[in-house]
Amino acid sequence: MAEMDTSGGGGHKKGPGVKKAKKLSTRVDLTPMVDLGFLLITFFIFTTTMSQPTAMRLGLPKDTQKPEEQNKLKESAALTIMPSKQDKVYYYEGADPSKLQTSDVKKIREVILDKKRRTDPKDFMVIIKPTQDATYKNTVDMIDEMTIDEVKRYALVDITPAEYGFVQKTEVANGIK
Amino acid sequence: MPKVKIPRKSTTIDMTAMCDVAFLLLAFFILCAKFKPSDALSVTTPSSVFSKIAPETNVVTVTITPDSRVFLSVSDKNVSEKLAMINDINVSKNLGLSDAEKSNFANRPASYIGAPFSQLKSFLDKTPDELKNMQLPGIPAKDSTNNELIDWIRAATGAFAGSKMALLVRGDNAAKYPAFQSVLIAFKRNDQLKFQMITSPIAAPRGSELEKTQIVTGKKGVE
Repeated sequence: MAEMDTSGGGGHKKGPGVKKAKKLSTRVDLTPMVDLGFLLITFFIFTTTMSQPTAMRLGLPKDTQKPEEQNKLKESAALTIMPSKQDKVYYYEGADPSKLQTSDVKKIREVILDKKRRTDPKDFMVIIKPTQDATYKNTVDMIDEMTIDEVKRYALVDITPAEYGFVQKTEVANGIK
Repeated sequence: MPKVKIPRKSTTIDMTAMCDVAFLLLAFFILCAKFKPSDALSVTTPSSVFSKIAPETNVVTVTITPDSRVFLSVSDKNVSEKLAMINDINVSKNLGLSDAEKSNFANRPASYIGAPFSQLKSFLDKTPDELKNMQLPGIPAKDSTNNELIDWIRAATGAFAGSKMALLVRGDNAAKYPAFQSVLIAFKRNDQLKFQMITSPIAAPRGSELEKTQIVTGKKGVE
């Protein structure tokens, strides 16, 4: 263990009457110090790697009025999901928002995968239309869900008043405030 | 029979070497750790499976706070771009900012814009400590009619003309979607159709399609 030479330089002789000072051990127990050291190391290891934020890319479609520039979409291959209040997600297939169904953020994966299985992968597209009541987290979760479920075509689109109306009606019917 | 003497060995180990290594590592990690200046705007970002590290230079960040206020900041290294931006806004909005006020935005580390044009002059006069203790209004970006963020993004695109600019959105979990939507409007109006959202990384969920592909291809992250 850590030792230090305490005999003093020079070897200075003491007289016969002088009592020898008791030699105290200079050994220090280093265990707590090592413990502390490793504790701090683990702390710094964790904080350095965790603080790296990542970035998720998203491209927006260009607003265009010309029909020839707009993407064509097969009605039967479309799935529209609308995150809203309290982590609820409303969805419908095709182009008829009146056939609204309710799910939530955690269960929507089943819905997407089910639709994906039933649809030609070439045409399959998910349209994400967050309502005014959705949170930023819900929106990012839905976009992330596209990566998790490997949906190649998806878009973030503004909700139409008609769709929002149906969502609100369903929310009132289910007692969600 | 003679007794076999087993020499008793001490059980204490010399810890000095271990101690040395521990502290060497400790010193290494402390020196490597990048300390972020305490963010004036605290935001908890959502998580995603994306593992691409967010860029740190040539970055224009739009921050959305939990109560849906919008702030704008530019990476600290781009001082000249920051100055060009604030000059642009000063001229186009006729704000009459002094050089000191402009420099408060351009040269201070972690500076941000968090006030409408009408209050920008008094906002830039304040010290970072004063700002911390204030409830800032944020940049008005409620809808497409009164969206000052459009002007800020235009100024930023102008300032970064010729070099690559990365647009980042750093939104809080609790921020409402309309706030994010108005940020998107500001991007679209300036033809900035590609942007990135800051998230904290998580692994692909168990049993998901993505996890299956990751196992097959051996790739871990999502770029």
